[in-house]
Amino acid sequence: MRPAGNIALIAILLGSLASPACAQATAPVFPPEIEERAREVGAQLRCVVCQNESIEASNADLAADMRLVVRERLAAGDTKAEVIARMRDRYGDYVLLKPPVQANTLILWAGPVVLLAIFLSWWIFSLQRRSRKLSVATLSDEERARLERLRQSQS
Amino acid sequence: MLPETGQIAMALALAVAVLQGIIPLLGAYRRNVRWMMFADRAAILQAVLLIYAFAALTIVFVTSDFSVKLAASHSHSAKPLMYKISGVWANHEGSILLWVLILALFGAAIPLYGRKLPLSLRARALAIQGIIGAGFLAFVIFTSNPFERLFPVPTDGQGLNPLLQDPGLAIHPPLLYIGYVGFSVAFSFAVAALLEGRVDAVWARWLRPWVLVSWSFLTLGITVGSVWAYYELGWGGWWMWDPVENVSFLPWLSGTALLHSILTLQQRHSFAHWTVLLAIATFSLAMIGTFVVRSGVLVSVHAFAVDPSRGVVILTLLLIFTGAALALYALRANTIVRRTQLDMVSRESGLVLNNLVLVAATATVFLGTFYPLFVEATTGEKITVGAPYFDLVFAPMMIALIAVMAIVPLLKWRSDGLARYRSLLVKAALAAVVVAGLGFVFGRSVLGAISVGFAAWLIFGTLSALYRRSNGRWAGLKAQPAGTWGFALSHLGVAVFTLGVTAMSIGADEDVGRLKPGESLNVSGYSFTMGTLEQGQRDNFLYMGSDVSVTRGGREVTALRTEQRLYPVRGMITSEAGFRPSLGATLFASIGDGATGTDLSEGVIMRVYYQPGVVWIWIGAFMMAFAGFISMADRRLRVSEPVITPTKARGGVPAAVPAE
Repeated sequence: MRPAGNIALIAILLGSLASPACAQATAPVFPPEIEERAREVGAQLRCVVCQNESIEASNADLAADMRLVVRERLAAGDTKAEVIARMRDRYGDYVLLKPPVQANTLILWAGPVVLLAIFLSWWIFSLQRRSRKLSVATLSDEERARLERLRQSQS
Repeated sequence: MLPETGQIAMALALAVAVLQGIIPLLGAYRRNVRWMMFADRAAILQAVLLIYAFAALTIVFVTSDFSVKLAASHSHSAKPLMYKISGVWANHEGSILLWVLILALFGAAIPLYGRKLPLSLRARALAIQGIIGAGFLAFVIFTSNPFERLFPVPTDGQGLNPLLQDPGLAIHPPLLYIGYVGFSVAFSFAVAALLEGRVDAVWARWLRPWVLVSWSFLTLGITVGSVWAYYELGWGGWWMWDPVENVSFLPWLSGTALLHSILTLQQRHSFAHWTVLLAIATFSLAMIGTFVVRSGVLVSVHAFAVDPSRGVVILTLLLIFTGAALALYALRANTIVRRTQLDMVSRESGLVLNNLVLVAATATVFLGTFYPLFVEATTGEKITVGAPYFDLVFAPMMIALIAVMAIVPLLKWRSDGLARYRSLLVKAALAAVVVAGLGFVFGRSVLGAISVGFAAWLIFGTLSALYRRSNGRWAGLKAQPAGTWGFALSHLGVAVFTLGVTAMSIGADEDVGRLKPGESLNVSGYSFTMGTLEQGQRDNFLYMGSDVSVTRGGREVTALRTEQRLYPVRGMITSEAGFRPSLGATLFASIGDGATGTDLSEGVIMRVYYQPGVVWIWIGAFMMAFAGFISMADRRLRVSEPVITPTKARGGVPAAVPAE
């Protein structure tokens, strides 16, 4: 599934080729407070080489690097918004799991609200029609006859 | 020989399907009974031929006949029998054959279970079923022939994608397909009713069991998929708003709307237009689901058998079928009786709201799923629409739905007054506020408190409706029709599901780190210690695994076995999470890839999760699915001649059976 990981594990399991690709050995440990904020930020950022996963959920190397950057920036005193903005500068809108409200996402954000508004107005409109249009017969003569027969057979 | 006979059976089935699509339609037009009767036999014959073809393909897989290309590329002689069988549909060609087979089985069930249907309606519906079958069979035969031979014959197969070698995934696609394809019956009957110029309560009564069975299987299929993804993909989530998940959710949402609008049509003769459109939309969305998973147009962690060129053919079929159905609707809409007589406080008015919210939710998920494609196609800009978007836009709609859901089943059809329910509603609201308060104290989350409050509101409302319908007496409760139990169980399922989701979203905790044996991660008071890392070989894979011992306050709680597996035949890696499911908090550990050292001395990446309530999410979903099956047992649906319940409104006779 993930080529880089594949090669690495084959190497491990078969005890053959070495792959010193990843220099970073143990991820540095950050204070819990940073960690908590970092996770909130991470859940908003897409691992840009993955299939629709956040950097927190992904096992890809790039996601690990991005997670580290998020933590380093937060530890350096950046706010969550600043970290997200920084990531956006670097990777574009694509990195944001929650798309920004801007020209090309107007339909996306307004669509559901407008649709609900239309539906609700339609609902209210249907309610008002009641007084104008009262009961309409929906049974045909044939059906009425059959209904009558059924009623008689039941009673 | 066997594969060739399977292929011949498919070709014959195509011929039968084409005839089934033409002759009964002409017969219905010319009032020729024999031509109409042809539909029944054709539908059954088509099913028999496809059962043969599918059985032939299964035998090819079970006997490891690698002269058939499909078996050679998706099976392996060393594979356990179960996965040899499930391998038949764990690939594009086989799964689309299964799809067509299920379509034919539903087609054959129409004459078997629908003997009392008016002949012309049945003939027309079967003809539509035949046309859909012909389209997809032609697709299978001309672009995706599962029986294609391979020469020279390889000594062994390439094996099945190891991610798919799992009991969950063996049953997930068939369940999902039964759900998807079952909606074809609703589609065919909607089109047939348009041709007949007759959409009424009787029609709704006939259609309801078919929608119930499809909806229940779809619910089961999605839930099993969610459980599978949870433990197999090892991300510790049960739903991630992935495009492929979303496209299976779309027909579910609109199918849920359909289920409720049929109810109204059946009882109140209204919503005919809406029901017809929902029937068309739901099957179209099911076809989109089938298409998207194969097309590669959306990137996803779940997509398999991706082949854009063949995907386009399904898209074409989809556009033809949906387009034709909608065109027919436009032409014939005037033949459907429109009855918009809505009293604001009445059950049908509440069901209109339910439908509107569900359709808006369907549109939202559709928009979010396909919007990035749309933006990239029109402007070339790449954007992502991920879980945070859906959480923000979709969740409030569901809350609104739950708010309505608690009250509507209490209301009477036609016209009612809220004043009658004042004390009940006050009690329900009090219960909701108390539960929300407790939720806030324990969960320390405002959103979580709102969410559990609404769940309590729903439980209270549902139980009150059950109480009122049975007049507060045990005998009354026992006399309730199956439909009432279906309603109560499914609505309680929604509440349970909501509680599970809330517990997960406010209480879940996780950690990840690179660990060496003996080192631990601490999460929510639990300490996960990685045991020795073992390596070895088992069945058809190599593995690296560890027993993770979990302790709490120094006391051993459980040991979780997690492995990473390498399937040499495919060169693929899967991670097998170790987890202890629990009605309280589920504990979960998974060693992931990223162990990129030459030896294990630097340790391996381990992810651990503490997830309260996650099991309740699936219990809630299973409750909904079983509720659907229970509703099918309702005698009022079995009766094949229409039984018209006398109502106060029409006959002046008190209702014999509580209106459903």
